[in-house]
Amino acid sequence: MSPRLYNEPSPLEVKILTRRFGLPNSQSIDTYLATGGYEAFRKALEMTPEEIIEEVKASNLRGRGGAGFPTGMKWGFVPRESPLPKYVVVNADEGEPGTCKDRLLMEHDPHQLLEGMLIAARAVGAERGYIYIRGEYRYLIEILDRAIGEAYERGFLGDNILGTGMRFHVYTHSGAGSYECGEESALLESLEGKRGVPRIRPPFPATAGLFQCPTVLNNVETFCAIPAIIRDGGKAFAALGTPRNGGTRLFCISGHVNRPGVYELPMGFNLLRMIHEVAGGVRDGRKLKAVIPGGSSCPVLKAEECDLPMDFDSVAQAGSMLGSGGVVVMDETTDMVRVAVRIAKFYQHESCGWCVPCREGTTWLRHLLTRIDQGIAKPSELDLVVEICNNMLGRTFCPLGDAAAMPIRSFVMKFREEFEARLRRPMVAVPDPDSLVVS
Amino acid sequence: MRFSEQLEAKFNQLISAFPPGRERAALVPMLLYAQDEVGHLTPEVIQEIAGRLRVPVHEVDEVVSYYSMLTRKPRGRYHIQICTNISCMLLGAEQLLEHAKQRLGIDCGEVTPDGRFSLEEVECIGACCWGPAIQVNYDYHHWMTPEKLDRLLEELRKAQ
Amino acid sequence: MSKLVTLTIDGKQIQVPAGTLVINAAKQAGIEIPSFCYYDGLSLQGACRMCLVEVERVPKLMTACTLPVAEGMVVRTNTPQVIEARKAMLEFLLTNHPLDCPVCDKGGECELQDMAFRYGAGEGRFVEFKYHVPEKQWSPVVYYDAPRCILCYRCVRICDEGLGVNALGVVNRGVRSEIAPNRGDHLECDECGMCIDICPVGALTSGTYRYQTRPWEMSHVGTICTFCADGCKTTLGVRNGIIIRANNRDRSGINDEFLCIKGRFAFDFVHHPERLTRPLIRTLSGFREASWAEAIELVAERFEQARQQGGRIGLIGSTRTTNEENYFLQKLLRQGLGSNHIDHRQSGDLVSLLMATRGREGALATTADLYHASGILILGADLSQQHPLLAFQIRANYRHHRARVYVVTRGPVREDQIAARSLRVAPGQELEALESLRTELQGLPDLVVLYGDSIKGSAVARLVQWCDSLAIAVRYVCLLDDANSRGALDMGLVPDWLPGYRSLDQMNLQPGLCWEEMLESEELEVLWVVGANPLRRRHLKRRPWLVVQELFLTETAQQADVVLPAASAYEKRGTFTSVCGELQQLQPAAQVPGAKTDLEIASLIALQLGLELGPADPDELLGEIHRTVDGYNVDLPLVAAGAAVPTGPYPDVAAVAVRVDKIRSREDTLFTAGSLGQRSQVLTSVREAPGSLYRG
Repeated sequence: MSPRLYNEPSPLEVKILTRRFGLPNSQSIDTYLATGGYEAFRKALEMTPEEIIEEVKASNLRGRGGAGFPTGMKWGFVPRESPLPKYVVVNADEGEPGTCKDRLLMEHDPHQLLEGMLIAARAVGAERGYIYIRGEYRYLIEILDRAIGEAYERGFLGDNILGTGMRFHVYTHSGAGSYECGEESALLESLEGKRGVPRIRPPFPATAGLFQCPTVLNNVETFCAIPAIIRDGGKAFAALGTPRNGGTRLFCISGHVNRPGVYELPMGFNLLRMIHEVAGGVRDGRKLKAVIPGGSSCPVLKAEECDLPMDFDSVAQAGSMLGSGGVVVMDETTDMVRVAVRIAKFYQHESCGWCVPCREGTTWLRHLLTRIDQGIAKPSELDLVVEICNNMLGRTFCPLGDAAAMPIRSFVMKFREEFEARLRRPMVAVPDPDSLVVS
Repeated sequence: MRFSEQLEAKFNQLISAFPPGRERAALVPMLLYAQDEVGHLTPEVIQEIAGRLRVPVHEVDEVVSYYSMLTRKPRGRYHIQICTNISCMLLGAEQLLEHAKQRLGIDCGEVTPDGRFSLEEVECIGACCWGPAIQVNYDYHHWMTPEKLDRLLEELRKAQ
Repeated sequence: MSKLVTLTIDGKQIQVPAGTLVINAAKQAGIEIPSFCYYDGLSLQGACRMCLVEVERVPKLMTACTLPVAEGMVVRTNTPQVIEARKAMLEFLLTNHPLDCPVCDKGGECELQDMAFRYGAGEGRFVEFKYHVPEKQWSPVVYYDAPRCILCYRCVRICDEGLGVNALGVVNRGVRSEIAPNRGDHLECDECGMCIDICPVGALTSGTYRYQTRPWEMSHVGTICTFCADGCKTTLGVRNGIIIRANNRDRSGINDEFLCIKGRFAFDFVHHPERLTRPLIRTLSGFREASWAEAIELVAERFEQARQQGGRIGLIGSTRTTNEENYFLQKLLRQGLGSNHIDHRQSGDLVSLLMATRGREGALATTADLYHASGILILGADLSQQHPLLAFQIRANYRHHRARVYVVTRGPVREDQIAARSLRVAPGQELEALESLRTELQGLPDLVVLYGDSIKGSAVARLVQWCDSLAIAVRYVCLLDDANSRGALDMGLVPDWLPGYRSLDQMNLQPGLCWEEMLESEELEVLWVVGANPLRRRHLKRRPWLVVQELFLTETAQQADVVLPAASAYEKRGTFTSVCGELQQLQPAAQVPGAKTDLEIASLIALQLGLELGPADPDELLGEIHRTVDGYNVDLPLVAAGAAVPTGPYPDVAAVAVRVDKIRSREDTLFTAGSLGQRSQVLTSVREAPGSLYRG
């Protein structure tokens, strides 16, 4: 019940969502209650649904899954007057390479997530909630199920919550290996027992989600921010970050740094400071080469582009995305061609196959980049990589195609000389065609 | 076909999580939990689950073939999953995978002759800050090195 | 009528109903937006991304196939960005598509080829290897070549949504995705081949057509299917007089593109090696071949004798001969030979319905009504098996308009899937069960009632009475078995009424013998059987002199004194009337040397007898029918143009005593069709054959 910390906290952290990390028995409801737990929910019970949504809007909380859509607005789209049942669904299908924060939020403080769900349920009138967890996170299902059991025992879940007549039930639900299921409509398909293929949108989940019913669907971290917002007020949360980017966020700093780890920092925290002051700098005193700022689907930033505040708008302005908070740091020894190939391989493996440009584009990119890595391509084929990416961008059924094209294009464009160098070096071996085949 | 009592209880729990008429929603986790118990998704298991949820068998096949954790092929008692995605790769995951292949004498997707180990190169498993990371069945092992992998394999070889 | 929305596409301002998709709005404006996965009438996919268009004030390109129109919307389909996007999608599609067009069945009529030609790039940049998996055979008629598949999911949808069979799905993911059949390595389905037909590329190919020809080597003949009564238009691909395939890709006809296994594959009976091609005359030692002249002379001689004996001749006609043939045959018998012993195997009681609804306009439903009616009531029939097109129409109605479907049958049927209520009752008990549906049916604006052979005689009258008591608009379909069962009734190929359901009194005739009575009769000198096989399960009591016009040496033909080789419906001109009363034109497609149409044979006999019966040319006969037969005063040029023209009404329906016990459906499944079906290699070879009714 006392999970160990994977990394030492940093003094620069502002611990809102992670404030219970490291407490003895942090998973237990007693610890939770002793540290202000479920107070926000009690407060929400005194508020009208409109007031709750207004408070969330005031917090400037933006979706922590990657797209950064304003959460309050998303909740506001749910038609509360609809006669259909409403659902709360947690996207705990954390799969974006470079991202491992939701795992910690669930492992260390499962009740915070449940409280966030309860507040959402109260805001939209939902009676059932599902936590869709990637299949690999089996141990978290056990932790969450235990927490859910405690919440039932203490009257925070059930048919008459805290005697108010409110009814809300929460269930954990395991995925079985599919990155695409992190896309919200594909997640819903999977949750309905089908292939994890995305749906045509609109309609969006807010109006036609699980079983075609109105559904609030947010990332784990988004729900985990809700209790603090209701407890201390939306304005207070907003004030922690930058304008239009409220609060703190969990950054997963991985790769070539001395102290990799998950750190809760205010939105807008400077990326270079994050690397050097929070994560202890680039390992072995090497030079910084590049950073992927928000998980593998975000365009790479060269070292000289990294002096920027980490909020959705600033990173977008720099030509990348804040994404899911996965900061992947690469030092000067990094082989950018290999990284690009690995990213291409990932997206090809995870493309669901539904639409043409993603299915065929990711496959083509993977094979072409593999050939370039092996030194058996014409220099002009570097332009082809960019063109394939351009032909995918904005044209695929769901964002997975973009997620593949954006980083790959950025690698080739920003580190073109490395790719070209590969094509100048003598060919090592004739590639075995089987090595190109996806297992 | 009967499963263990615990699994039957889990099935009931999964199915009862959904409103009446929506039982199919339990399909994906049911398949995964059944696979955990049986080892892989045999035609009998698929048939059984299809029957219980009243889903045509071929629709279950569609689902099984979609998810990368679901398998129709037997795996080893210890399924070694090595993440080689970018964060782990930057810290030597590819070398770790090569090392595992050497040590186990098998390639990805294969099972050792004694049925004890199988090997798979997997995509990000959500351990990016503590890589290279691997999973043995559902257990995480962080900050892996070839030496630590050797020790782990040795322990698992001896395990009853 | 829904609200109109004004939008602009490529500078053209147009008005379309709210809810119209941009891709269809463009079509109305004469602008083609290319697509693979979008398919009229099926669910939306947005998968092929061919239909990307620019919409003003939207930063990304939008798929026109999923985008409903909006007031003031400005769409552009011809900008450089759109053109580039289409080129890109085709390039992606071709990356893993084998370029085996020279040996691909689809070559020449492939949508991917056409799109690449019109919208694609002139050169390829893809030099990686292509994924290959071996071709699979899923059934005798369906083959799947996964590498050619572009994953438009049309086949999956037509099978599930269109047919209600759901035999196809998608397995694996990403570039490894492929279509898979419902039984792992093979199909168990209707074997209708709709999936093959709808496939835009050569991924799904037909077991009977593959590698037979290049499409441009065939001529295409649009005619009407000769099997069930639904009246599907089928376009026969013919090379050197031989039919090679059947489909209805041009979506002409009441069936749109629908065909079942019979319509699509079972034409192979035409070229069966056992087809009769020479007249046969019985000798003591069996049949000998004879010339047409000799055979006709012999037949005419016997007919003449029968005529002189006061018309001691009986005719058992066919449900697959044309209206013109049936009309001419009854005329020959009634006017020429003075006999009213005329009948055919009746499979449903239409005349009781006509009597019960006498004087009403629009009492009979058309095929189109099945798609538009707000309520459908199915009584005593397994529609998906016996009337696949009608079932297809009703499913489409349910899918597109949420029609309320009610089923009252003796066992489970596929229509249960879409039924608001399904009742199981013993045959003949259907009417008693209806009462429990009264409240629901009364709430409907209109209803189409389809009834099978268990409702006949007074039960039909009671049915009409009961439906009248609902006080809503009700139209009826009397279900009949074969391609021209309806026409045989309309043309008076029966002993109880004249063409157009007129009274026998008009010719001073008494009711003649029905076909079963003819077999038992002591007084008939000659029995003339045209395209029927009454002796398959029955015996002649006293053997009259027997003339049989047939395609094959059936059980009946084997007992004949003279057998005259007849042409099938695919070899002749004329018209059929569908179960819902649509009159449609047949066109000759195949040639089987030696065989003659039943009309030619009958007119040769008439000529030999020296009878003056007027013209014996199909077109002229249709003109005569048009002038003289009630219900057939229709727009003939429309018929000639290939339209399906509703017949009726029948202003002067005779009051007849219905021979209720003679009316019986053969209860064919999708895989049986009387003696014709036995001669189809395809129908008999699929694993689902012979199938059974009421299995759901």
